[in-house]
Amino acid sequence: MTAPAAVVIGASAGALEALSVILPALPVGFALPVFVVVHLPHNRKSILAEIFRAKCKLQVHEAQDKEIISGGSIYFAPPDYHLLVETNYCLALSSDEPVRYSRPSIDVLFESAADAYGAALIAIVLTGANPDGADGLRKIGEAGGTAIVQDPAEAFAPEMPGAAWQACPAARPLPLAGIAAFLLGV
Amino acid sequence: MTYKLEDIEIRLLLEALFVRYHYDFRRYAAASIKRRLRLARENLGFETYSALQAALLHDPAVLPRLLGYLTVQVSEMFRDPSYFLAIREQVIPHLRTYPSLRVWVAGCSEGEELYSLVILFREEGLEDRTLFYATDINHEALVKAESGIYSLDRLQLFTENHRKSGGKSSLSDYYSAAYGRASFDKSLRERVVFADHSLVTDAVFAEMHFISCRNVMIYFDRDLQDRTIGLFKDSLARKGFLGLGAKENLRFSKYSSAFLDFAHEDRIYQRRAE
Repeated sequence: MTAPAAVVIGASAGALEALSVILPALPVGFALPVFVVVHLPHNRKSILAEIFRAKCKLQVHEAQDKEIISGGSIYFAPPDYHLLVETNYCLALSSDEPVRYSRPSIDVLFESAADAYGAALIAIVLTGANPDGADGLRKIGEAGGTAIVQDPAEAFAPEMPGAAWQACPAARPLPLAGIAAFLLGV
Repeated sequence: MTYKLEDIEIRLLLEALFVRYHYDFRRYAAASIKRRLRLARENLGFETYSALQAALLHDPAVLPRLLGYLTVQVSEMFRDPSYFLAIREQVIPHLRTYPSLRVWVAGCSEGEELYSLVILFREEGLEDRTLFYATDINHEALVKAESGIYSLDRLQLFTENHRKSGGKSSLSDYYSAAYGRASFDKSLRERVVFADHSLVTDAVFAEMHFISCRNVMIYFDRDLQDRTIGLFKDSLARKGFLGLGAKENLRFSKYSSAFLDFAHEDRIYQRRAE
């Protein structure tokens, strides 16, 4: 198995509670960069980075365009922009039209990360009430990456992890605590 | 280093687009351009990028269809209202001191930002002494910008943005609505020059007092961003203003010392006087 090099996470309705189980569990010394897309109302300043900075042991940033990726950092997509990973391990933002009504879009992040990291990527689809992330997770699975969905039976909104699981049947359904434990083991 | 086959094909396609038609996307940020090219390839019905390249080289009719995917940006009138409020409250008082003004909307796409600025300048009583340049590399987008017609269902958002930007009139004063379309008044275009211009390959063409270029450079790689900022620096009059997108800044540019951080939150910079 290829050693993991990055983690991508997508979440929508119920995101705050779900991420609050996973992100604060990551310990100092966690070596991988973590990229997170959360669906947000746009035209509003995001306070996600601030909220999680207070809760997490890792560095937490709102992603900046052309920023060089550093391991052990958590990057949130800013509201109203797509977040992409470049193959030269920079971040990029785009204001291309929303995908499935979402900007940032989980699919856009996942597809670019699949391209940049291939089999060395861990992707996680959490709670949400729409199918964003399903196409992206399928591509990550096809590229040999590790696909995980929050167990829909446990999710606040089961549609998103359910749709992702259907698109990528090889994905492992795990409860939030199991996802945190999995990340601690990589 | 080994390249993925698809990446080789994309590189050759962009090279073909440049050599054959002089549109240069070779230094665009790769992940976005790749995504747009994939959408173009799938929607235009090509199995591979090589097949799309062959069609592009042999059939000029493919060019505008491909450019539609590579360049068109959907914007809003008065997008990020606080940017326009900052122009109104902080930039306009400086511009008022000039007897004549030139404003450049670089990468104007279908014109939403151009009309926003013209309306703002009219509200502030500066339109009569201002010449607006609206440029883009996509000719079809420019034609749309010049027509000033937008789908009526977008006007609610435009109106709300305009109000939040400190608008001193009603947006409905500037358009007439019919058949689901809002058609903006042609008087708004009397002081506007529409022109094809590439930030990648073209040069300075006039001295500007204000340049607005938002969410365009975000698609460029670092080197191309620097070229563009250099072009803006050389185009601006001393103490002229440059407005960028909410997630763009001059921090990493080699020209950053030529600019003053004028309205930080709204990404408005001022060319230093030296």
